[in-house]
Amino acid sequence: MKYLILIQSNERSLAVWEQLTDEQRMEFGRGHLLLTDEMDKAGVRVASEGLADPSLARWVSVRDGRTVTSDGPFAEVKEHLAGFYLIDCEDLDEAIGWAAKVPDAAFTEVEVRPVLDMSGWEF
Amino acid sequence: MRRFGDFDTCEDAVQEALLAAAQQWPAEGVPASPRGWLITVASRRRIELLRSETARRRREEAIRYGPEPAPVSAVDDSLTLLLLLCAHPALSTGSQVALTLRAVGGLSTAEIARALLVPEATVGQRISRAKQKIRDCGATFSLPPPAEREARLIAVRQVLYLIFNEGYTASSGARLHRAELSAEAIRLARLLRAQLPEDGEVAGLLALMLLTDARRPARALPDGSLVPLAAQDRSRWDAAAIAEGVALITATLASAPIGPYQLQAAIAAVHDEATRAQDTDWPQILQLYGMLHALSPGPMVQLNRIVALAEVHGPVLALAQLDLAEDDPALRGHHRVAAVRAHLLEKRGDLPAARAAYLTAARLTLSVPEQRYLLARAAAVGSPDGGPASAP
Repeated sequence: MKYLILIQSNERSLAVWEQLTDEQRMEFGRGHLLLTDEMDKAGVRVASEGLADPSLARWVSVRDGRTVTSDGPFAEVKEHLAGFYLIDCEDLDEAIGWAAKVPDAAFTEVEVRPVLDMSGWEF
Repeated sequence: MRRFGDFDTCEDAVQEALLAAAQQWPAEGVPASPRGWLITVASRRRIELLRSETARRRREEAIRYGPEPAPVSAVDDSLTLLLLLCAHPALSTGSQVALTLRAVGGLSTAEIARALLVPEATVGQRISRAKQKIRDCGATFSLPPPAEREARLIAVRQVLYLIFNEGYTASSGARLHRAELSAEAIRLARLLRAQLPEDGEVAGLLALMLLTDARRPARALPDGSLVPLAAQDRSRWDAAAIAEGVALITATLASAPIGPYQLQAAIAAVHDEATRAQDTDWPQILQLYGMLHALSPGPMVQLNRIVALAEVHGPVLALAQLDLAEDDPALRGHHRVAAVRAHLLEKRGDLPAARAAYLTAARLTLSVPEQRYLLARAAAVGSPDGGPASAP
């Protein structure tokens, strides 16, 4: 079973970040590195990344066969995806266990979403 | 399957279930079954039980004369030992599957990664970690102590069935690579059976895989969409695999202590023997699910039993039992409950409620082909004429 652990950046998480000491921020970053390593050792990590600032995002659409890009409407966006872990583990309980180890969970919260797959039993 | 630990109790339970089933059948009335092997078996069991009076008496005798030799005691084949080691209880099922494919199946890490749809590094890590855990436990390449053997064999069968299902339930994407998993599981089950010819559950598992895999050519369309059993083109089923599976399960049911894989194989056999969906012997399937439920209760067995019940006794009774079944925490909010409810409501003719339940099931499932099927059903029952009865 694959699960995506989503880490959002929003006003609440930014406020928390503002209050952290340099030492705590270092600890936060190390926490992500250690978690990545632990997930690798357990054989559950499929992929994980942190995302660049949304001001660097481009919005892409295709109309009449032409690709149109624009800068995002970030002025009104209060929350954006900051990073994710894609893991493959036994069940939701195990996925929740991994999500609880994401450093952000100690300050705000992270989201666990099951991933759709192409398998299926006949009815 | 993981739930049953005490084999004696299970044995008693299934004997009682079989006895009850046999008594329910009228003395002269043989259900309209293309093959009477289930009835033959149950009658034979009843005679055995009557002869020995009670299962308790048999247990007392077993104590007096000493336990029967465990069927696993003859294990000395290295492949079987390797399978037992790979199913070590310290490992997660994911690790058991990866290690079995690597160590017993001989697949490369890359092949396993493609088949399980995870990165090669992840599989490599799982395998090396599994090996390390086995070393840490002090496990060796030798026979587990007698008390653990049957439990370990249960795990071996489960790992093989998981590998089979990984391949069988794939309907698109890396379909080809995954189909190889089913073939590999069948190959390993054949090898295990060659080493343990007396083990009824190994034989039952092999028969179940053969009888299920026989339907593969008809179970999905080229675009990956699922075809429900009732709508499959049965002329495309693999007749040779069905013949082999039916022969195997017939012989096994008549000779070995009955277990859950044998009962599931018998159910698959009843489906496979119906030339047309409307010829399916549902009363016999319902009986078999009743026995399976007595022997190895589980939420999915319960749901399948309710589907069979609807075919025999109609959707009203089945819906009432579904309401009760939903009290099981394992089923509450499960997409399969909503899917079964939708099917039963549709059968009852309550199309708006059926449509709502199909949409709920589609929202809750994690399977894309299932979601597509459920949405199509919702659309069909939502249309003015109700749509075709069981087309995908």
